[in-house]
Amino acid sequence: MASTRSRESLVVPAIKRMVDDWASDQQTFKQVPWGKAMMWVFLLSDIFIFACFLIGYMTARMSSAESWPNASEVFALHVGGENVPLLLIAIMTFILISSSGTMALAVKYGYERDRLMTGGLLVLTALLGVLFVGLQAFEWTKLIEEGVRPWGNPWGAPQFGAAFFLITGFHGTHVSFGVLFLIIMAIKVLRGSLDHERAGFLTGRRGRYEMVETLGLYWHFVDLVWVFIFAFFYLW
Amino acid sequence: MAHHDGQQHPLSVYLWVWLLLFVLSVLSYFVDYVGFEGYLKWTLITAFMLMKAGLIMAVFMHLVWERLAIISVVLVPPGVLLFFMGLMILESRYTLLARLNFFSQ
Repeated sequence: MASTRSRESLVVPAIKRMVDDWASDQQTFKQVPWGKAMMWVFLLSDIFIFACFLIGYMTARMSSAESWPNASEVFALHVGGENVPLLLIAIMTFILISSSGTMALAVKYGYERDRLMTGGLLVLTALLGVLFVGLQAFEWTKLIEEGVRPWGNPWGAPQFGAAFFLITGFHGTHVSFGVLFLIIMAIKVLRGSLDHERAGFLTGRRGRYEMVETLGLYWHFVDLVWVFIFAFFYLW
Repeated sequence: MAHHDGQQHPLSVYLWVWLLLFVLSVLSYFVDYVGFEGYLKWTLITAFMLMKAGLIMAVFMHLVWERLAIISVVLVPPGVLLFFMGLMILESRYTLLARLNFFSQ
């Protein structure tokens, strides 16, 4: 009985508070900075875009009468005289997860007003992001040299190339823009713009450490999308 | 205004989640490496994927500490995507059958 009581005391007030939030005037997302709320709305739209790509890929793959190329072999790397399946993709996955970890810590130290740790971790996150995009460029080059095109490939269903270039290309673009924003934010943090609430050069918004969290949401989302691409495109 | 100071959580929470994400990635890589096939492979991949996604959203993106109003905005609308996926599964089955019927030699 005790567990039911404690669950009720957690869930029921949360639902009541949500009804209050949505029924209130002026502001629904209370105690959420507007930048963060808007980032969530943007990410929601991005979820739909990536989901449509992945569902399109699923449809092409399921309706194809030809066999789908085996990703395990296509993305194998030749190391020390033998083929290791999916090695490059595994390395890229670990790099992106590492960058997500450093980003989470950057947000944490940001709220502790630790300027050097936040800036340093942002720079480290950006470097890992660059490394990821670099490996992706290497992967694209390798596949193009092996004859993969959006309209065909040597191993099977011709839709493979189209799905691969669209999905990984769109994700890589997200990572690249993320790196750009990370560098800008690292500069802002390191020169003390957030500590002194200095107005931004483009938008004129006053600097706040919440901005690091908002940027963090974007970066974690990029990692989140990769989790799905890794499972559905490379492992399935 | 102390409450407006944003999200502050102990370092150990982040490090544990980070470690778990690594372990789950290794496990899902091993599903491929060991060479499991069919439903076993798909179930394991999906399970590890959902666990990783849940950890990232809950802890790294701070969703467990947010109010229900913002959590529901993020998690409820993507539910229709599952419905969309179901529709497209039916559609692609039909396309495949039609192709096998009419275009095979």
